[in-house]
Amino acid sequence: MKSFTVSKAVTALMLAGLVLLPLYSQASGNVFILTLFTRVVILALAAASLNLIMGYGGMMSFGHAAYLGIGGYAVGMLAQEGVGSGFIQFPVALAASALYALVIGALSLRTRGVYFIMITLAFAQMAYYVASGLARYGGDDGLTVYKRSDFSGLINLGNRTQFYYLCLACLFGVLLLIWRIVNSRFGLVVQGLRSNEQRMQAIGFPAKRYQLVCFVISGMMCGLAGALLANNTDFISPAVMYWTRSGDLMVMVILGGMGTLFGPVMGAVVYLLLEEFLSQLTEYWALIMGPLLLLIVLFGRGGIMGLLGRFNRG
Amino acid sequence: MAEPLLRVEKLVRRFGGIVATDHVSLDVAAGELHAIIGPNGAGKTTLISQLTGHLEPHSGSVSLGGRDITYLPAYRRCALGLARSFQITSLLLDFTAADNVALAAQAHAGHSFRFFANARKEKGLRDAAHAALDRVGLLHRADVVVSKLSHGERRELELAVALASKPKLLLLDEPMAGLGVTESQRMVKLLQELRKEVSIVLVEHDMPAVFALADRITVLVYGRVIASGDPAAIRANDEVKRAYLGDQHVVTHHG
Repeated sequence: MKSFTVSKAVTALMLAGLVLLPLYSQASGNVFILTLFTRVVILALAAASLNLIMGYGGMMSFGHAAYLGIGGYAVGMLAQEGVGSGFIQFPVALAASALYALVIGALSLRTRGVYFIMITLAFAQMAYYVASGLARYGGDDGLTVYKRSDFSGLINLGNRTQFYYLCLACLFGVLLLIWRIVNSRFGLVVQGLRSNEQRMQAIGFPAKRYQLVCFVISGMMCGLAGALLANNTDFISPAVMYWTRSGDLMVMVILGGMGTLFGPVMGAVVYLLLEEFLSQLTEYWALIMGPLLLLIVLFGRGGIMGLLGRFNRG
Repeated sequence: MAEPLLRVEKLVRRFGGIVATDHVSLDVAAGELHAIIGPNGAGKTTLISQLTGHLEPHSGSVSLGGRDITYLPAYRRCALGLARSFQITSLLLDFTAADNVALAAQAHAGHSFRFFANARKEKGLRDAAHAALDRVGLLHRADVVVSKLSHGERRELELAVALASKPKLLLLDEPMAGLGVTESQRMVKLLQELRKEVSIVLVEHDMPAVFALADRITVLVYGRVIASGDPAAIRANDEVKRAYLGDQHVVTHHG
């Protein structure tokens, strides 16, 4: 049971596939697949960050796409103002996300349950409308990023393969970080609070402080995804912050398996590939996608990771 | 007389028109096992909740070791040496027994803003957890997930969690609730051991247990203290007999 499990094997296969993908792309001359998977990896990173607060922390944030926008606009706006260095753009993206998370978290964490979902959603929609109002930066139409972040020759983001591996490295780095956090003192407290907040307060933990720090860490991770996303599409618009994008991220996490390390990655891969594949088949792809997701969530409690876990018991 | 460990003065808590805690005063001396009894609805749990900080009183005061804690949040009281068990077991169900206790130990081992080292491999915390589990006779169940433990085991685990924070005062809210005869006897034996190490406030329905364990007993009826004294005095008290021990159905009818 401890050495080999189906879910471990599938996870390993998926990770190996992600690492080797550029080789396949080069060999087959299929450039599109690399572009597609760059997006997958970036959104997997965003989903993993959401999983930290939602899966492990029990904080159902319905406004996580806001960080994609904040990270993206940090890159886009700086580029527009002539600051092209990634060494400035990325730290600013992280700092802006952290600041937003700190303020939003401090206010939202006074509430619980449905109210928490609603208030995080409301703040993200506010961010959406603020971005829409930025006339200097394209407003509703969005902002084209004419030059990708410049890392002074260290890595060239204009090169598809290099950029892909940068995104993948960021994803793996974040997963490693989450794994360490989840098993640390801090991580146990956060998970304990998800399990039973009253009990945690009774044994002496100030709940909100820990949840807020977790909220900020998660926001920064997603801000990083946003900065990468803007580089990937060479474009940033308010649409990435729209509430349906937050919903997409939630679906990825739930689909893959909440509170599992690799679940969100799995969820992002499956969700985005399904979307791609089905939308080629028919215009009405959402009609197939919806019921399919419903089935997985209904019958595979714990998402794909939960389903795979069942093979071992059976 | 020395300063009592816990002093409650003229505590009042209302719910709408009902006065659930009506000018309750009581002292608990260090080393004492102080039982609070009363029929259902007498306001025992309301009182305990105000002692632990889960509920704020409307007036009156609570002090621990001479320090006013009336409006301190629960987690701060815990740091001052107050630990509690819940009437309805309240544990981290998806964690193991050892994790539950280790977290209590962790709460008292500095802040928990440590992000990288694996907390389950911290020897100090694990040892403390195992010691507390051993204390209540649950060591052999250390790595079992709480949701798989029996009711009786969970009650014992509640105690272990409370003990792991090395409290000065233990507030036990009906530790015997729902236990079978043998389990209850084990719990009484366990409390008899524990009382040598820590002061205890015990809220309990099980009268034989209360009279066997308590140094002093306070009787609550309709949120008011109607008597307070040693077990013999309480047993002899006419008002208590009338209101509670002998004529229970009259009172419980309201509860």
